Amino acid sequence: MSKLIKKRKPNRSIAGDIALYIFLILVAMVMVFPIVYAVSSALKPLDELFKFPPRIFPQHPTFDNFSDLFVTMGKTGVVTFSRYLFNTVFITFVGTAGHLIIASMGAFVLAKYEFPGGKTFFKIVTVSMMFTGMVTQIPNYLIINKLGWIDTYWAIIVPAFAAPMGFFLMKQFMEGLPTSLIEAAKIDGANEWTVFSRIVMPNVKPAWMTLIIFSVQGLWNNRASTFIYSEERKTLVYALQQIQSGGIARTGQGAAVLVVVMIVPILIFVFSESQILETMASSGLKD
Amino acid sequence: MKEYLNKYFTLRKHNAQVAWKKAKARKMCYLFLAPYAILFTMFYVFPVVASIFYSFTYYNILEPPRFIGLQNYISLVLQDDIFLIGVKNTMMIALITGPLGYILSFLFAWLINELPRWIRSIAVVVFYAPSIAGNCYVIFSVFFRGDAYGYVNAFLMNLGIIDTAKLWLIDPKYMLPICMIVILWMSLGTGFLSFVAGLQGVDRAQFEAGYVDGIKNRWQELWYITLPNMKPMLMFGAIMAITSSFGVCEVTMALCGYPSTNYAARTIVTHLYDYGFDRFEMGYACAIATVLFLMMILCNKAIQSLLRRVGT
Repeated sequence: MSKLIKKRKPNRSIAGDIALYIFLILVAMVMVFPIVYAVSSALKPLDELFKFPPRIFPQHPTFDNFSDLFVTMGKTGVVTFSRYLFNTVFITFVGTAGHLIIASMGAFVLAKYEFPGGKTFFKIVTVSMMFTGMVTQIPNYLIINKLGWIDTYWAIIVPAFAAPMGFFLMKQFMEGLPTSLIEAAKIDGANEWTVFSRIVMPNVKPAWMTLIIFSVQGLWNNRASTFIYSEERKTLVYALQQIQSGGIARTGQGAAVLVVVMIVPILIFVFSESQILETMASSGLKD
Repeated sequence: MKEYLNKYFTLRKHNAQVAWKKAKARKMCYLFLAPYAILFTMFYVFPVVASIFYSFTYYNILEPPRFIGLQNYISLVLQDDIFLIGVKNTMMIALITGPLGYILSFLFAWLINELPRWIRSIAVVVFYAPSIAGNCYVIFSVFFRGDAYGYVNAFLMNLGIIDTAKLWLIDPKYMLPICMIVILWMSLGTGFLSFVAGLQGVDRAQFEAGYVDGIKNRWQELWYITLPNMKPMLMFGAIMAITSSFGVCEVTMALCGYPSTNYAARTIVTHLYDYGFDRFEMGYACAIATVLFLMMILCNKAIQSLLRRVGT
């Protein structure tokens, strides 16, 4: 406590600090309530779900809703739960890994070398962050159709490689890397690829995590309903949302679906928060 | 004049030659950039160009595109009342949730900045979680259910504020405000993270110099020291806020239905989806996409030139 008081800045009033804490706690409760409610609904047995007045926390928590997901999928779908899970994990993993490698390679040369066209290219990438993916959805569909990728995993994976956000953050972060590090390696006789893979990549690990969370967040939640039609290639989220649309009898399972979908990005964020914040410190746009 | 032109062209030629030589010396840079550049061009640059091209045609995938000039745009503005509803709703959502979400992001990033380290990292998770919680927002349809057992209805009826249950998500009067609440709940996203990180990076010495120079309270400190230091992050956050607030469609579709009553919750993106993937009028959908694209880019450019003036 004494440490806390010592750290306080001299121009702060105590009343202001207390008010600030109370305000933040209230807002935090509002922010977290829908998520807590979703989790607790997923843990409620059927008879508690429709109790009125409702309770926030379940009295007899159970994992039935989660295990029922397997049962429902086994009954309604022609494909097993594990196949949907494999599809999503495969898409997320390959998409993220490819994005990390391809975007880092490009970001490295843009951040550390000057060459004709480099700056212009980066400006175009920045502009592309100014509009949503929805704008390009239809031409994207036509292009993927021309490539013959409709109803394959590649329709989702390959466009994810080129996500501008991760590229942008990686480039900004790599600019902070000391150039002397690269020059020293060059003098020792390393070629560009060795510099990139042995010197640069190990030193930008915080940025890896940031790229990974943005990419996973996009791919894990990807319904891909416009690109994939075969049941055996549908993503987990798509299959889960079919369960959710099963009406009031599936309220508990619907909540379990919400938990399954949100848990992965949130957990990744919780475990890599400090690295992500380190990367975001260089996210600013200078002109 | 001719001499001037000649000089200009020799200069351009010389510059091009220098650039070519530089490019040759940096061959490896292009090799490194090539995979990303090719994919990026294919899935981000080319689609914008293609979208503009198709917007001047009638195209339904089955037949080859037929050039019809400005007809799509004329229909959009003069005949398509539902599109105008979509524009109105998108503008309302963007004008309200965009700036508000942006300000809230900065406000909370700033407020939690002085908390002890471990409380701060919990607070960041709590505030950021809604924006990465997948489709958790559908839980709001439980809160706002239209019968007397919906929590919001029951709560307000018990307090005696309303006497009959309101159809929150079906009555056009309430749809947009509720969607805005949900969007605001999710608005502390990437921009918020950038602000949190940026605030941590502000040089401590500047604050100490500020105390000496007589900065009395936290508001003065914010205005004179913190904000000018945060300009690059403010720019980045603005882009994030504008992009997400113009692209709203999933929340309105999930909560108010697709289509919603009287199209009251239709946004531009919902309309684009309708024409592109339900009616397969790709040319018309591309015209919608082009309009949205121009709106977003112009808005971004305007906000950027505005932000550039902060602290000058």
